[in-house]
Amino acid sequence: MTPRRMTWWLLLFTVGVAGMGALVLAQPGQTEFVPVSQLPAGEQLPAARLLVAAYAFVWIAVLAYVWLMWRKLGKVEREISELSSQMAKRRP
Amino acid sequence: MRKAFLPLVVVLMALYVSALLLIARAPFESTMGLVQKIFYFHFPPAVLMLLSAIFCGLMSAAFLIRKRQAFDRIALAAAELTVLYGSIALVTGPLWARKAWGVWWVWDPRLTMSFLMWMIFVSYLILRKYGGPGSETLSAGLAVFGMANAPFVYLSVNMWRTMHPKTSVVPTLPVDFATPLWVSFAGFLLLYIVLLTARVRIAEQQALLDQLYVDSDL
Repeated sequence: MTPRRMTWWLLLFTVGVAGMGALVLAQPGQTEFVPVSQLPAGEQLPAARLLVAAYAFVWIAVLAYVWLMWRKLGKVEREISELSSQMAKRRP
Repeated sequence: MRKAFLPLVVVLMALYVSALLLIARAPFESTMGLVQKIFYFHFPPAVLMLLSAIFCGLMSAAFLIRKRQAFDRIALAAAELTVLYGSIALVTGPLWARKAWGVWWVWDPRLTMSFLMWMIFVSYLILRKYGGPGSETLSAGLAVFGMANAPFVYLSVNMWRTMHPKTSVVPTLPVDFATPLWVSFAGFLLLYIVLLTARVRIAEQQALLDQLYVDSDL
């Protein structure tokens, strides 16, 4: 291969690589791999919200159960007092 | 219940204060950060759900053998608390998993079996409410079946491949993480004892009322 032909080949190779590089750079940017700090606010998962939700649920569940027990107790006590008054009326 | 109200308030307040202290003072885990603190509200109810299921099963077995209503009343209270603590574990777990695993729920052995156990005890309560006369005997059988499920739930993470942390995590926790965890566990355990006592007392009063109706012939 003569030096002149070699220069032509090198030039062609360089133009090809530059063209491919330009083609890659012209593509739209990769969207899947985004640093977590650059995510839009709507797509970020703030740990504090999850923690508060967990803590709130514990309290809601426990207080709901206590409230149900309180209602059940009130019903039993009411029935006992009604029954006592009915029994008192029936006594001679 | 009136007698149990003061201890209940004290336990609830202690739980509230300790939870806030845990969040504020406990160290941050390096990979999970703040969301790891959900663990302090997830592990104690999950373990107590298993213990409560076993307790309910034992009381139900005692009721089936001895036919004493006192055992049945304790079993009913324990079943309600199994559902309560199970609900807390099944809700707080996915809140942690969303951040740690990237998904709310996966059908892996530990999660699926815990959900199954929770459903068994929900079935127990539905049977008690709508089953009519004799439902206490049927539900006692169901509770024994639910109890038999408990060891499998506990060991599932060691027996099968799963995303859930293994049983070896808690015993090997560094002191900084283990101390808040066991403080939280003590709070949930105290709450369990107080709620169980109060619920059994209400069931006793209900039984007394039923007896009064029978005796009074009204």
